Amino acid sequence: MTAVIETSGLTKRYRGGRPAVDRLDLSVPAGSVFGFLGPNGSGKTTTIRMLMGLIGPTAGTATVLGRPMPRSASSVLPHVGALIEGPALYGFLSGRDNLLRYDSADPAADPRTREARVASALDRVGLSQAAGKKAKAYSLGMKQRLGLAAALLRPRKLLVLDEPTNGLDPQGMREIRTLVRELAADGTTVFLSSHLLDEIEQVCTHAAVMAQGRLITQGPVAELAAGARGRLAVLTPDPAKAVRILTEHGLTGVDREGERVTAEPPEDEAELAGLNAALVHGGVRVRGFGVERASLEDAFVALTGEGFDVAG
Amino acid sequence: MSRAETAGPVEKAGTAESPATATPPPTPRPFGSPGLFRLAGLFRSELTLTFRRWRSLALLVVLAAVPVLIGVAVRIETSDGGGVGGGGAPDGGAGVAFVSQITSNGLFLVFAALAATLPFFLPMAVAVVAGDSVAGEASAGTLRYLLVAPAGRARLLLVKFAAVMAFCLVATLTVALSALAVGALLFPVGDVTTISGVPVPFAEGLWRAALIAAVVAGSLMGLAAIGLFVSTLTSSGIAAMATTVGLLITVQILQSVPQLDAVHPYLFTHHWMSFADLMREPLLWDGVLRNLGRQAAYAAVFGSAAWARFTTRDITS
Ligand SMILES: Nc1ncnc2c1ncn2[C@@H]1O[C@H](COP(=O)(O)OP(=O)(O)OP(=O)(O)O)[C@@H](O)[C@H]1O
Ligand SMILES: [Mg+2]
Repeated sequence: MTAVIETSGLTKRYRGGRPAVDRLDLSVPAGSVFGFLGPNGSGKTTTIRMLMGLIGPTAGTATVLGRPMPRSASSVLPHVGALIEGPALYGFLSGRDNLLRYDSADPAADPRTREARVASALDRVGLSQAAGKKAKAYSLGMKQRLGLAAALLRPRKLLVLDEPTNGLDPQGMREIRTLVRELAADGTTVFLSSHLLDEIEQVCTHAAVMAQGRLITQGPVAELAAGARGRLAVLTPDPAKAVRILTEHGLTGVDREGERVTAEPPEDEAELAGLNAALVHGGVRVRGFGVERASLEDAFVALTGEGFDVAG
Repeated sequence: MSRAETAGPVEKAGTAESPATATPPPTPRPFGSPGLFRLAGLFRSELTLTFRRWRSLALLVVLAAVPVLIGVAVRIETSDGGGVGGGGAPDGGAGVAFVSQITSNGLFLVFAALAATLPFFLPMAVAVVAGDSVAGEASAGTLRYLLVAPAGRARLLLVKFAAVMAFCLVATLTVALSALAVGALLFPVGDVTTISGVPVPFAEGLWRAALIAAVVAGSLMGLAAIGLFVSTLTSSGIAAMATTVGLLITVQILQSVPQLDAVHPYLFTHHWMSFADLMREPLLWDGVLRNLGRQAAYAAVFGSAAWARFTTRDITS
């Protein structure tokens, strides 16, 4: 699979600080929905700005659609739609006029089809009704939608979305996820930054995790989640007995929450059957028994060994 | 990524882009350099943006009011007998000469109003618009979306400069047309007596007025370039506007200190008032050409500086 975004040793140091992005080697496969995860201040937006040619890297290189950035910005960016750190609009212009403005900024966009493009982009994000309203009268979610519409003005090979669901209602979030899946089905590569783990888990095929400017891991979401071990969970009205028996069998991390008892699963999956038998034999009424697949959040905590906090 | 691979989605894109039109637009080459000079659309968009800002309109209204004030003041002062006393206009010399002629010919209100607004009102309006042009977009965040569109940094700067120059022209014409209307309304109009004392027909006078308005607009080019440069230095529209206006005031103060006459020839304001020479018969071009040359030099220097700064700058807002 070819890479749509490839960085090598990409580093950005803002004036006088520690690196905001530190020797980043990122590889985003074509056709993927790539989740770019990290706590606040971990360097996601900084990376995206470098990829879009808005800021120059302190060191390292980045290629987008096979071409070096920022050098090839004028040939690469017409194929890229981007939403960077929230939408930015001309408040005194209507939603439609905002899009006309952004469309006319693109020298590769045909002026003859501008109106049609803008109308279909508005329609795509559900803003056709509000298109004539001044953008300053838009709600946060409407602004976000208009920003998305700008990114979708033309068919793109790559869509870069920096926290696209910010400020959206649950309905809007679902729409975005549907939109992202549709675009991905059409062959658009989607690069999605977020700090919402379940959002990434729901739509992304691949993910990378950043912390304090460094890349911690990247790969297919399924593999990342598999990297963290699941938990053995037992549902029973006799939790005290279950805890005792599991502990006796040498399981660690045994934990009890009401009628649910969890523990680190044994190394050897084959032991599970024996454990279940032992519980039943010990008089524990087992209502449920199994290993729960690890979520991306478990994977993240396992990787960073810390909560999802801002690093100072 | 190979050519063959990239051609696919683009082809599909071409038709998906315009379901309404019968003939799909020509498929753009995957990575061909798309008309770098497709400036017309962006320039039109920039013009709309400039003149739809509430601020620009307010500035134009203020500028349009200046000739009204002068006209009414002259009218009131002359209605109780006697001519206009000296010192009617803020700038001496030609300005006063023009003011004293208004009562006999309303067309002179055009020259008097331009002479009155050129030292401060006009350049201040231009400083505000030029200072805000890039920095204002940076502070609103719209700059980053223009750049990823991708507008192209040099292309955007060029269009911004052209739009500021268009504002200079519109601002000057606003003063001139307002003055023409007020002058025709309050005073008689007719053949024009030039500064040289030779009369020229009214039509010739009108044509001179248009010429002078164009020259006055051109006089603002240097300041426009300075404002644009300042605008690329910061991400705060207010700061850029204030700095440019501050620079203008400083230069005007320097210009008025006689002890500093060694630096005067280098200031962009130095030949501003030379437009009065276009009211001589025959026309005297020396000062005007020197002024326009000075403006071109300023535009070249500060335009290059703005380009150098803007094309390398980190856009972090
Ligand atoms: N313009 C700037 N000047 C100086 N430092 C900056 C600038 N922008 C960001 N930083 C610093 O760079 C680091 C990374 O910031 P960045 O905005 O890339 O984080 P992020 O991952 O996008 O965070 P969030 O999830 O909050 O959006 C932070 O430590 C931040 O303080
Ligand atoms: Mg961010």
